[in-house]
Amino acid sequence: MEFSYTIYIALIPFAVFVINGLFGSKIKESFTGYLGVAGMVVATYLSYFTAYHYFFKVGKAVDGAYQKVIGFNMEWLRFTESLHIDIGVLLDPISVMMLVVITTISLMVHIYSLGYMKGDKGYSRFFAFLSLFTFSMLGLVVATNIFQMYMFWELVGLSSYLLIAHYYQKPSAVAASKKAFIVTRFADLGFLIGILILSYLTGTFDFNILCNPEGPAFMQSSSAVFLGLSTMGWALILIFMGGAGKSAMFPFHIWLPDAMEGPTPVSALIHAATMVVAGVFLIARLFPIFAIVAPNALEVVAVIGGFSSIFAAVIACTQTDIKRILAFSTMSQIGYMMLALGVSGYGAEAGLGFMASMFHLFTHAMFKALLFLGAGAIIHAIHTNNLSEMGNLRKYMPITHITFLIACLAISGIPPFAGFFSKDEILVAAYNHNQIYFWVEWIVAGLTAFYMFRLYFGIFWGKEKKYEHTPHEAPFSMTFPLIFLAIASAIVGFIPFSNFVTSDGLPFDIQMHWEIALPSIGIAIFGIIVAFVFYKKESDLPNRAVASFGSFYKYALNKFYFDELYLFVAKKVIFKRFSSPIAWFDRHIIDATMDGVATITNYIALKIKGLQSGQLQQYASVFVSGVLLLIVIFIYLISV
Amino acid sequence: MIEGISIHHILTVTTIMFFIGAYGFLTRKNLITMLMSIELVLNAVNINFVAFNKYLYPENMQGHFFSMFIIGIAAAEAAVAIAIIINIYRNIHSIDVEDIEQMKY
Repeated sequence: MEFSYTIYIALIPFAVFVINGLFGSKIKESFTGYLGVAGMVVATYLSYFTAYHYFFKVGKAVDGAYQKVIGFNMEWLRFTESLHIDIGVLLDPISVMMLVVITTISLMVHIYSLGYMKGDKGYSRFFAFLSLFTFSMLGLVVATNIFQMYMFWELVGLSSYLLIAHYYQKPSAVAASKKAFIVTRFADLGFLIGILILSYLTGTFDFNILCNPEGPAFMQSSSAVFLGLSTMGWALILIFMGGAGKSAMFPFHIWLPDAMEGPTPVSALIHAATMVVAGVFLIARLFPIFAIVAPNALEVVAVIGGFSSIFAAVIACTQTDIKRILAFSTMSQIGYMMLALGVSGYGAEAGLGFMASMFHLFTHAMFKALLFLGAGAIIHAIHTNNLSEMGNLRKYMPITHITFLIACLAISGIPPFAGFFSKDEILVAAYNHNQIYFWVEWIVAGLTAFYMFRLYFGIFWGKEKKYEHTPHEAPFSMTFPLIFLAIASAIVGFIPFSNFVTSDGLPFDIQMHWEIALPSIGIAIFGIIVAFVFYKKESDLPNRAVASFGSFYKYALNKFYFDELYLFVAKKVIFKRFSSPIAWFDRHIIDATMDGVATITNYIALKIKGLQSGQLQQYASVFVSGVLLLIVIFIYLISV
Repeated sequence: MIEGISIHHILTVTTIMFFIGAYGFLTRKNLITMLMSIELVLNAVNINFVAFNKYLYPENMQGHFFSMFIIGIAAAEAAVAIAIIINIYRNIHSIDVEDIEQMKY
């Protein structure tokens, strides 16, 4: 089976971007939306086709493991015989799975946006950038080498920036887009340094060679140790820094809540389902190196992931903007995925965490996109993000209500919805590795159920609020993606994921671990009950609970003052102590030197410009006198 | 070789011609007159070529050919120069060299 057509999965959205971007203002506006959807339908079909052929027909090698297939390869930049940068398509279980996730969610978001963005001024621009993002994300997951991945990594950052700033007349949206771009860019600095160290040590960019357990990454035995970690370990931690930036892991999480300034479909596609899991995908892509060469670095991944998940879950309990709650919930769930990778080993059974992480990535994409799209439908109906201005909406929006409930059940880990299965595997993996991780994630599971159902009861139950006009159910173009994703959230948990996606490609069987699953269901139900008691009917119970937490609640409400801390460090320390003196030096020493040179040149030029008088005979007389002078010199003064 | 006339005589004449031409080029303000002065300079050189050929290397012919070329090219050059002068006149209604001063600083 030839896989060379897979390049078109990425190129079709790019073509749509070019058409919509260049001619968006000339062609009919509604056409740009339909073109985007049509392109995504083709890309989705192609990626399902690829997945079917890869997983069921030709992916398996003789030993039963899924192999890596190069679908398409092109040498793009050639420096020397061994150092060249390629552009290509690498198919292996995780990239094929990501193709399916990205195209599915992107198609749903495209369809949804037909209704959501209707009448928006930047309609065609929005669809153009949405296609650009899809192209970049697809290019990222199929990258054959780490440099291609880095390029597309920056491209998704760029499209995220462009889409967050969609409402560019709003100063807060502009600020949020800049924040997202700068924070992730800062983290990418680490990524780039990590790539350079890694490729210096191994002499290659190619994933196929890098991740081959007999390859140079595993042969080299660098004895240089810095702060207890080998050079390789530091390289991998720096690469993880890039991943943490994109995936909004602590301490780079501050951009994600602000990114909610963008249109809600963008939040669903980029900041919930696809781009933010790029960091997880990156670790998964380099997983053999992490697991075998630098287990220390993997431990760092686990700690950061676990801390981020509980940190974000606590904050999510206190927020009132529904999109921000979902943003912190995303951060918390990505923390789960990172932790699962961190506790995983390499190999079939030992790689349970790897498989669980990918499984959770898959199910999370479905139900989190659904949650965001549902939130978008609500915002579309009542024009506010604020939870306290919502209530009793289930009467007006039955479809949104049911789908939102399914998503909440899925993310809380209630069987038989999708989140239960993937979360269970993560908890098993954490339990096998280190019990502390397990108990942390167990608490997070309870918090997740609590804040999700706080959201659910707050929106759809409770007292009815005064609305500008009577809320109405969203149009079919918006409810169709909701229904589709709700069905997906309900059933994708039954996919026997370990048969397809494992750390070394060898399928294995998993069995339910009820001794782990039951406590996690228990705490989830406990969280739901607490939310039910607090928020089903409005009472003063939440206020009393807040009072009992005291200042801890205030810290959580203000996101533990991390924005303020970073602003303080940036403004008071970096800007004031370093940047201003350097700026002074630049302005008064370097610039002044250059300005001085220019002033002197200018002065001299003014004085001598009269030499060029435009009078032909003056030039001629100077010339003739010069010749005469030379003659005199040569004849009388220099005797040969 | 011309009887009674040595190369020194000829060189004296051409030198005088050359400097008359150079002087005219530097002092006359009329472009046509300046062009004529240039012709004087050129022809002084022409005569020099022929004279050196005739007196010093009578067996060769290069001096003659050079003169031919210079006469031919000088004719073309005069045509171009007069065309330029006519255009200048059409633009500024003057052929005084001091009036042509657009190309200064």
